Amino acid sequence: MLTPRVYTEIPQRYRLEANKCKACGKVFFPPRLVCTCGSQDFEPYRLPTRGKIVTYTVVRTPGFVFKLQKPIVLAIVELEDGTRIMAQVTDLPPVVEDYSEIIKIGAEVELVFRKIFSEQEAGIHVYGYKCRLI
Amino acid sequence: MKVGIVGYGAYIPRYRIKAEEIAKQWGDDPEAIKNGLDLYEKSVPGMDEDTITISYMAAKYALQRAGIDPKEIGALYIGSESHPYAVKPSGTVVAEALGITPDVHVADFEFACKAGSEAMFVAYSHVKAGNMKYAMGIGADTSQGAPGDALEYSAAAGGAAFIFGTENIVAEVEYTYSFTTDTPDFWRREHEFYPQHAGRFTGEPAYFKHVLSCARELMKMAGATPQDFAYAVFHMPNGKFPVRAGSILGFKKEQLLTGLVVPWMGNTYSGSSPTGLTAILDEAKPGDRILMVSFGSGAGSDGFIFRVTDRILEVRDKAPKTWEQIKSDKRMYLDYGLYAKFRGKIILRPEL
Ligand SMILES: [Zn+2]
Repeated sequence: MLTPRVYTEIPQRYRLEANKCKACGKVFFPPRLVCTCGSQDFEPYRLPTRGKIVTYTVVRTPGFVFKLQKPIVLAIVELEDGTRIMAQVTDLPPVVEDYSEIIKIGAEVELVFRKIFSEQEAGIHVYGYKCRLI
Repeated sequence: MKVGIVGYGAYIPRYRIKAEEIAKQWGDDPEAIKNGLDLYEKSVPGMDEDTITISYMAAKYALQRAGIDPKEIGALYIGSESHPYAVKPSGTVVAEALGITPDVHVADFEFACKAGSEAMFVAYSHVKAGNMKYAMGIGADTSQGAPGDALEYSAAAGGAAFIFGTENIVAEVEYTYSFTTDTPDFWRREHEFYPQHAGRFTGEPAYFKHVLSCARELMKMAGATPQDFAYAVFHMPNGKFPVRAGSILGFKKEQLLTGLVVPWMGNTYSGSSPTGLTAILDEAKPGDRILMVSFGSGAGSDGFIFRVTDRILEVRDKAPKTWEQIKSDKRMYLDYGLYAKFRGKIILRPEL
């Protein structure tokens, strides 16, 4: 049962809420309490929703909550402000022979709001961001 | 005080299935579907899409066009017959994701295919009553027809969101009217997967009676005739019903074509006429009048008369347009096997 953890992660999963160090401008996602520069003075910051693919991997045997969506493509996305996040690539063709033909390094993506997985048959649906090619 | 739409958005998934592909599965004549019902292909939600995610995307686009602070939205209503939970609102997830919580009134509406126009109606009424500065009404669905049922050709996925307010209006609401009776034309009992419908009964005493009565009364209130409207959009269970309703009322097909999204998108139920309205707003000129009449089985119709303002020209390019999404070059076609998996039409037991 991971419902409490899902609940505490809502600001990040739903709204991409990060924080930004007021001293050096560094952005942390998820937010941190102390910056690498030592400062504890942060301002709230929302990540941009566009970016590009830095790299990706294809997971062909995911855990069972993701099994129906397999293969799962996970990408490191560099957002417009330089922040890097990991996100599942969605809205891919259902049959792909060669992913390198479909997903180019540097390809532009937008972040979208999707169902990440469902907890068993009767559990909650967990929502959050994924990315898709523009 | 003028009240109207200040931002609008539609979202249509990228997956499609063609009428031919469904017809092949069930031994139907695809030409009869295409010519008889004017249905060519329909949208299919991705496996990670549902009424909540579709509502969010439509709302996000509406906010982009409105250019307002989401915190100023005082109410968020989602109309759907495919809310992902039987108990737990769709609206709370969407409101949280948009950053509207906690100072917001949220409710999920249900009324077959007219739940979306209901959400719009209540959102509009709040603003008109002065209860709040802005209110959002959304209609979205990931509709299902039973395998082999005629509804399978039309039941599609998509939605539209509208933010109502008093400043920077893009389409003023001039008149509203609702026509409602108890008509058992289409229903789904609790715990049933697929809806039942009363066959031929669904045409005359249900769809046509309610749509025509609502449109006539609304035009009477406005002292208007069909020639006074640049566009009209009626609920679209297929491509034929709305065109016939329009023709009975005296509208020409040219007035209907822009909003007639169903042949290439399918019937998005609560999102049907609302999505048609977004397609019209993408194209309408300042001063144009629009007639919109929804229909929900059970049965009822909500009608609106809108007048487009100059501001439409400033906002329409700030989010993806409806026809661009319908005819997107990003469309991906599914065969029936993949469609059945995407829609959970086969028993899926990933834990085994
Ligand atoms: Zn710092």
